[in-house]
Amino acid sequence: MGERELMKGNEAMAEAAIRAGCRYFFGYPITPQSELLEYMARHLAGRGGVFLQAESEVSAINMVYGAAGAGARVMTATSSPGFSLMQEGLSYMAGAELPAVVVNVVRGGPGLGGLQPAQSDYFQATKGGGHGDYRLIVLAPSSPQEAADLVYEAFDVADRYRNVVLILADSILAQAMEPVELPPARDPASLPAKPWATVGRGERAEPNLVNSLYLAAEDLWALNQRLQAKYRRIEAEETRWAEEWTEEADWLVVAYGSMARIALAAIRQLRREEGLRVGLFRPISLWPFPSRALARRAAGTRGVLTMEMSTGQMVEDVRLAVEGAVPVRFFGKTGGVVPEVEEAVEAIRRMVAETEPRHAHPVR
Amino acid sequence: MERTLIVAGFGGQGVLSLGMVIARAGMSEGYEVSWLPSYGPEQRGGTANCHVILSDEPVACPLVGHPQTLIAFNLPSLEKFAQRVVPGGEILVESGLEAAVTREDVRLYALPALEEANRFGDTRVANMVMLGAWLELHPILGDEAIEDALRRVISKRHHDLLPLDLEAIRAGRRLMAMARA
Repeated sequence: MGERELMKGNEAMAEAAIRAGCRYFFGYPITPQSELLEYMARHLAGRGGVFLQAESEVSAINMVYGAAGAGARVMTATSSPGFSLMQEGLSYMAGAELPAVVVNVVRGGPGLGGLQPAQSDYFQATKGGGHGDYRLIVLAPSSPQEAADLVYEAFDVADRYRNVVLILADSILAQAMEPVELPPARDPASLPAKPWATVGRGERAEPNLVNSLYLAAEDLWALNQRLQAKYRRIEAEETRWAEEWTEEADWLVVAYGSMARIALAAIRQLRREEGLRVGLFRPISLWPFPSRALARRAAGTRGVLTMEMSTGQMVEDVRLAVEGAVPVRFFGKTGGVVPEVEEAVEAIRRMVAETEPRHAHPVR
Repeated sequence: MERTLIVAGFGGQGVLSLGMVIARAGMSEGYEVSWLPSYGPEQRGGTANCHVILSDEPVACPLVGHPQTLIAFNLPSLEKFAQRVVPGGEILVESGLEAAVTREDVRLYALPALEEANRFGDTRVANMVMLGAWLELHPILGDEAIEDALRRVISKRHHDLLPLDLEAIRAGRRLMAMARA
């Protein structure tokens, strides 16, 4: 085991990216993401990379487009308002099938919103966000350690599918310090070649082209067919989730990111003090959503409670997955107000009371 | 074993670094730890605080809803968090603020940390006085772990202040020992 360092999630993600072979970072500072950008500003040049502060997020994402087109491992990071500005560029990257890693440390919205933690960008992250039929692979860590692990792996996943991987974080895990064991550093020269990259024609008969403009409808249809086939492959191969106490659980809580940590504390308390058999199902890939695994787990339970730092976004995917097999309830707070563990405990108790089978109570 | 703290005060009083020293020292002593800062506009002149957990078990959630210990350097922080301390817990406050604590079910320690720091000629070490006071109550972190944590938390350009910090920690221990006697 390597040495554990006490790191903020933001710093852990930055260092993990450099160790994954990322040598290019373009971004614009915004709270609560700024430590990630600052870390890159401090470290990238000294490790053979380029850090560039763009004049806006629009510009940053287009720099990412350029570097990705040239085959580089490249990253940007932002927070909610900045992520909205990047949507056009992300749609273009989907059309051009360019791999990159993007971090959104979500803050409360809508609009300029606030600086506090939220999960209200779920729809935007998982349902496209920009125009066109496209998907980002969306990974949601729940601790600085997992944030480092997922960023590190995200570069491989992005390259494998020529697709943007979005790390959907929140400012609890981005700002909190916890022990992190960092992955080994990889030499960018040792990474798999990208024969499609636009780095000069060389000996090839035809120049490589990276583009998202298809004026002939048949050609654009063909691109979309190819993208959809890729997305189906990603669904089959990249669905991730974690479970805690779900074996023989009578109730299930579904939560991701830092909200899953709050849920875990609440469940731990209820199991210990009241013996309630509640399990935690934590989606890690928000797209592709672990629908099948969740449906399987939910089937044997009396009810499912979805908890989010939003007014109810992921709960729609939970309902689609469960398909009415058991009741699905929702508890959430948003706008930067973080639910307390006691509130989560109360919400679980409410669900338990409401989904207790009728015959469990004496009937007269 | 679990220790949970909220450390709160004005931005610039060193509340975040106080918590960070405990977390770092806790990690090197083999505990699972977390440190969660408040951030944003609060840091500029308003109140700042951090949540710290040391535990034998993996930390479920880095948020501390109800701390065992509240270390409060000013009145707004005391008013914000005093009601949250678990019954049987403790509140460490700067002397003069204790009248604001109405709870009977917690131990209250009012310590002249600022005055003590002033004796060292540097009010910036008031946080280290409070750290020493907490360490006196919770002898779970060795001197070596604390020194090492200080070296990592305090930026290198201030390392000339390390002896002063250690002196302030010792003073805090003495203050707490007297308060308990």
